Amino acid sequence: MAITTDVAAPAQEGAQDQSTRGNRLSPQLRRKRRRETREGWAFVAPAMLVILGLSIFPAAWALLLSLQKWNGFATPKFVGVDNYVRLISDDEFIDAIVHTGLYVVLFVPASVLAGLFLAVALNRNIRFIGFYRTAIFVPFVASAAATGILSTYLFSPQYGLVNNVLRVLGLPAQGWLEDPSQAMVVIAIMSLWGQAAFTTVIYLAALQDIPGELVESAKIDGASRWQAFWFVVWPQLSPVTVFVTIWQVIGAIQLFDLVYTTTRGGPLDATKTIVYFLWEKAFKNLQFGYGSAAAYVLFLVTLLITIGLVVYARRRNLEAF
Amino acid sequence: MAALTSDRLTQEAPSSSEAKRRRPRISGWHFVLAPIALLFLTPFVQMLLASLSPAEELVRFPPPFIPSRLTFDGFVGLFTDTQILRWLLNSTIVSVIAIGAHVVLCSLAGYGFARLRFRGRDFGFLAIVATIMIPTQLLMIPTYIMFSRLGLIDSLAAAFVPWLASAFGIFLMRQFFLSIPVELEEAAALDGASRLQTFLRVVLPLAKPALATLAIFTLLGAWNDLIWPLVAINKENLFTIQLGIANFQSTRRTQWSLLMASNVVATAPLIAFFLFAQKHFIATMTMSGLKG
Repeated sequence: MAITTDVAAPAQEGAQDQSTRGNRLSPQLRRKRRRETREGWAFVAPAMLVILGLSIFPAAWALLLSLQKWNGFATPKFVGVDNYVRLISDDEFIDAIVHTGLYVVLFVPASVLAGLFLAVALNRNIRFIGFYRTAIFVPFVASAAATGILSTYLFSPQYGLVNNVLRVLGLPAQGWLEDPSQAMVVIAIMSLWGQAAFTTVIYLAALQDIPGELVESAKIDGASRWQAFWFVVWPQLSPVTVFVTIWQVIGAIQLFDLVYTTTRGGPLDATKTIVYFLWEKAFKNLQFGYGSAAAYVLFLVTLLITIGLVVYARRRNLEAF
Repeated sequence: MAALTSDRLTQEAPSSSEAKRRRPRISGWHFVLAPIALLFLTPFVQMLLASLSPAEELVRFPPPFIPSRLTFDGFVGLFTDTQILRWLLNSTIVSVIAIGAHVVLCSLAGYGFARLRFRGRDFGFLAIVATIMIPTQLLMIPTYIMFSRLGLIDSLAAAFVPWLASAFGIFLMRQFFLSIPVELEEAAALDGASRLQTFLRVVLPLAKPALATLAIFTLLGAWNDLIWPLVAINKENLFTIQLGIANFQSTRRTQWSLLMASNVVATAPLIAFFLFAQKHFIATMTMSGLKG
């Protein structure tokens, strides 16, 4: 079915093109075309305007801003690539990249593995499975603000549940969000709590697409359950793995909300991320040009990582795109 | 399944596994899933317990695991001392407008790109898809400047205008409309229905699942957004709920019962929605996975 329609459609279009090219468009056809164009644009124009005004235009403006020095009030001064040069030598920005990188390393592999494990665990018909799924999925709707406030309570060194449990177990209390070496770990744990549902759902959908016969036949061939998973299921999942990894990396690079509602970049700037830096520069110090340059660096880093992962996946023949 | 098992029975099956299969047993996965489920629910339980605890017990050392008594003091304080009702109303207004506009504009555009043939269509669609890659943080600064010139800063419009339509929404709806058979629309056209009539009467009723997905996607985004309202709104009576509770963090430090009560109030509507329409939420999560 799919093949026949695929072949038929271009053939038809080609025939039409030829006929229209051969003899000049008849006035009738031209009128019809014009009407269709008007009609088409009537459908798409309102949404197009929003995208144009709120994505394409600001993206172009941000590029211009990144080449200027401007505080929002005085006349903007064109400074070329100065902002970018300054960024590279700004220790605060380099630190922000390092902190963001630390979060990516802590969060992304954990969220992908947790998603895979939870999906395998949830992909079965046992009693209470509905309850288990709901329990694991429901944190997904909690906002970053709510999650952040909750984190400061759960991980409060004096009053929090986590240290209280450690105390009962006879383990030493930790500083958590107040300890520069632990703060990012806490943020990654709480992100995982809120977002494990996402990777789990994606893997669950992929697992349910794998034909049961594949696993069955592997088992008949004498494969253990673990071997069946490792040699049959896991390769089938690899495009999904590439995809969720890219997706989680892009999200992780943009970490802000949870930092804002837990540590505000502290302690000792240990959780100051790229977006936190950008927000501070632009909206606290009113350095619109400098902030825009940081935003473009963020964009470029995102693009490079995405392209890198896609190329890596292609090389290993893991077609995800 | 039944066929499979009966097949197995006729074959020579190892007797030990056969015996196991006959005895109804509890799946070992319960021992994995039950603790995990509890772990995932613990933060919510703690939030609820703390919101109902007497304030003084939450700053005692060592803190009790279970409060000695339950009290609504946190909620009473929250609703009498703060503008939380106002913030809830603001967030509701923003979310409702965002969802309404999003559903209308994205389904119209999605349909146009999926079904109509017109000059500039492919280029227009490509331009839209390209914007999906742009991080919102890149757009914040120019949008802020633009909105302040338009006088939108410190208004609720500042919070909902960015949510009126999205490239992802258009993309999602286009993919959906491409997946439904075109014959239905052709039949309507033969009956003399205009494009708009066909769209409204024939296509949209079929699109309910996709529209639900889009609505939930917008709800989660608009209700939970923090960074943009933080940038665009400074007046306390115009705060969204997220901005309001985030602000408590600095003003109500260690007033845990009030903070946790505010958290309950900010999260409960979405949790209720989730429990009510879990199927659609899960579809939304899967779909937003298709975004790339």
